[in-house]
Amino acid sequence: MIAEIGLFALLLALLFAFMLVIVPTLGIIFNKEDWQASVKIYVPLQFFFVALAYLALTVCFLTDDFTVSYVLMNSSKSLPLFYKICAVWGGHEGSMLLWVFILTLWMFAVNLFSKNLFFPLKIRVLIVLGLLSIGFILFIIITSNPYSRQFEILQTVGRDLNPLLQDPGFLFHPPMLYMGYVGFSVAFSFAIAALWLGRVESSWAKWTRPWTLAAWCFLTAGITLGSWWAYRELGWGGWWFWDPVENASFMPWIVGTALIHSLAVAEKREQFIAWTLLLAITAFSLSLVGTFLVRSGVLTSVHAFAVDPERGLYILIFLLVVIGGSLGLFALRAKSVVRVKNLNLISREAALLLNNVFLMVIMLTILMGTVYPLIIDGLGLGKLSVGAPYFNAVFIPLMIPLLILMGFGVQLNWQRDGFKRLYSVLGLVGLLSLFIPALLEIIITKSFNLNVYLGLVLAFWVLLSTLKTLLIRLKISGFMGISLAYLGMVIAHLGLSLTVIGITLSSGYGIESDVKMSPGEHIFFAGFDIRFVSESSLTGANYHGNRAHFMISSNGYEKSIFPEKRIYNVGNIPMTESAIDVSLFRDIYVALGEPINDDSWSVRFYYKPFVRFIWGGGFFIFFGGFLALVDSRYYLKGRKKNKLTFKAKI
Amino acid sequence: MKVLALRLMPLFLFIILIGFFWYSLSLDPKKLPSAKLGKPLPNFVLPVLGNPNLKLSQNDLNGKISILNVWASWCSSCVDEQIFLLHLARIGVTIYGLNYKDNQDDAINWLSSWGNPYKLIGSDLDGKVAIDLGVYGAPETFLIDKFGTIRFRYAGVLTSKIWQQEFMPRINEMEHNL
Repeated sequence: MIAEIGLFALLLALLFAFMLVIVPTLGIIFNKEDWQASVKIYVPLQFFFVALAYLALTVCFLTDDFTVSYVLMNSSKSLPLFYKICAVWGGHEGSMLLWVFILTLWMFAVNLFSKNLFFPLKIRVLIVLGLLSIGFILFIIITSNPYSRQFEILQTVGRDLNPLLQDPGFLFHPPMLYMGYVGFSVAFSFAIAALWLGRVESSWAKWTRPWTLAAWCFLTAGITLGSWWAYRELGWGGWWFWDPVENASFMPWIVGTALIHSLAVAEKREQFIAWTLLLAITAFSLSLVGTFLVRSGVLTSVHAFAVDPERGLYILIFLLVVIGGSLGLFALRAKSVVRVKNLNLISREAALLLNNVFLMVIMLTILMGTVYPLIIDGLGLGKLSVGAPYFNAVFIPLMIPLLILMGFGVQLNWQRDGFKRLYSVLGLVGLLSLFIPALLEIIITKSFNLNVYLGLVLAFWVLLSTLKTLLIRLKISGFMGISLAYLGMVIAHLGLSLTVIGITLSSGYGIESDVKMSPGEHIFFAGFDIRFVSESSLTGANYHGNRAHFMISSNGYEKSIFPEKRIYNVGNIPMTESAIDVSLFRDIYVALGEPINDDSWSVRFYYKPFVRFIWGGGFFIFFGGFLALVDSRYYLKGRKKNKLTFKAKI
Repeated sequence: MKVLALRLMPLFLFIILIGFFWYSLSLDPKKLPSAKLGKPLPNFVLPVLGNPNLKLSQNDLNGKISILNVWASWCSSCVDEQIFLLHLARIGVTIYGLNYKDNQDDAINWLSSWGNPYKLIGSDLDGKVAIDLGVYGAPETFLIDKFGTIRFRYAGVLTSKIWQQEFMPRINEMEHNL
């Protein structure tokens, strides 16, 4: 009964999505103000019914209703309650429902917070979002119904949630990521609405910026959490794999980053408008392309869901309509792709344009690497896969000029700046960022690794230059003169330099070792004495296995950690639960491999200096975006003024 | 003109990308050609799962159209097709199982939790018969005609749609011809 209510609610939501598109569009054609205004009824109604549909599926999970195939395949009687709630998005069907839920949540928010938005723009934005939601709800109903029932297997405890997903990270990572992914649909709709209206005012950028920032913040947090989770859960100490699904989230992030920067130029200088529209379309298009790559099964990946070519075909047609239509509209309506008025080579505009060019090139090389196997296969040249070596080889060289540019960019003034001023501001910063890393490296490690040195030079260049610009700003306008948006920029840029430090040091000075050990033995590893104290058997709610006790000690420091080897009862799936001794400047990571004989195990140790900086930097970037988002200039005074300027133009 | 070309550039790139996506969707890795198609089943004698005194051989599959399904308890996607196999068994399709490189106890436990659609299951513990059949991985399903000839093979999770599209026309044809 509950599942049928869910399906019915989803059908009603589809109905209201159609109303949301048709009624206001007719209102625009026949010039009926009240038909247009009906969006404010349909948006909340649609949101309500999607939420009800989502709730119904959750109830099916909580009541262990295994006649619902999706519940049977993704839950079990012994699954802890916490995971039953998250298991709703543990498979393809439910995660698409989460996707739709989040899309309607964004629509609800746009409807709620855009009271002062220029009305013709607002209804067009909501109509475009409504169209997108129709596509996704139809996709669920036609190809991926999570409510379908089966009556063949009744005596069952359920298949259980994939053990890899049974981790607290699973609660946050997918919803955060989807908030980001789907959130770019708002910027996309603003761009399409502007093209539909046929004009863009400067306040368009002001209105689009907070929505873009919000989506970008969520995506940043989602990717950071995903990386941290992979590190903990996959059991071999890696934090980024260049897996197609990771790339699918990273590409929209890169374009989103470019978009935030170009929106700044569009808002402040009324330049790059068409380019910004193109970026807004591209960011969301890449989210859709990512969905296609992941859900159609054309690429294999560790994130693979149940694969079905028909789903792939549906998404492909959807891609063709949405992205093809948008790019076609863009080609028709945009006057030029990049129109630059009196661009001075040494100015913030130029630096931001260059930033955009680098980011787009980076995105294209990642896209190229991700779809390269498809292209080679399509041309009949064989089957291959593209892995981390390619991505590292192209990504790192492209990041170098971008980071160098970043150090200059934060210092540059709008419109026109000069070499002389730059030199006087940055000369010392440049020297220090060449010397400090060399000194640190030689003093602390008593060795010299050129790659590490180069990475640190770049990180310090960004770090010091960003701090310098903050100091200059403080000197000129005082503490109160610093806007939250500016502070956000500073923190996000510092965050990037922290991430670069983390990546550089953990990959340059990380140590790993595979050892055969039995209880009572100890080894010396990376300056620590690590003792395998004992081993005991372990029983959890839906798993059993072994739990080992390791004692890490060094100069009076002592820490016990407990890596586990779990076997999940349903499906007999073994999982490695690594244990990590965490500190700000280094991680010691212990993972149990396989038991070798009665009392000894293969044990893997990692020493990862500064690895926490990678995610710490990610959090800084997120927090910087968040500060910029809450900056009041997007809300109070600014908005009223926008309304007036818009009115003046009608 | 130059400006128009530049504006059409993103659309153009996108269309090329879509072309490759379209093509790769049609490259279905599951439709593997099998060298065994149209050939008789290889000779085998396997102990029956749960009752090792009984034997299952290729001759048992003669005389009636049947399907041979390769599965194992360690194969996680085998559960995905179990609901459909149970349905097939209930509507009267004869299904033989080939338990592939499995542990007897695990296999029996697996059947008790996921249901048993099979008429008989051969225990192919070392996977030799699977090699003779050219098995690519579990799950995999073979369509066998009444002379014991392999008429079709599908690698991957069997679904109602695959059944309707690939198996039913062949079964109808076989029944029509004879």
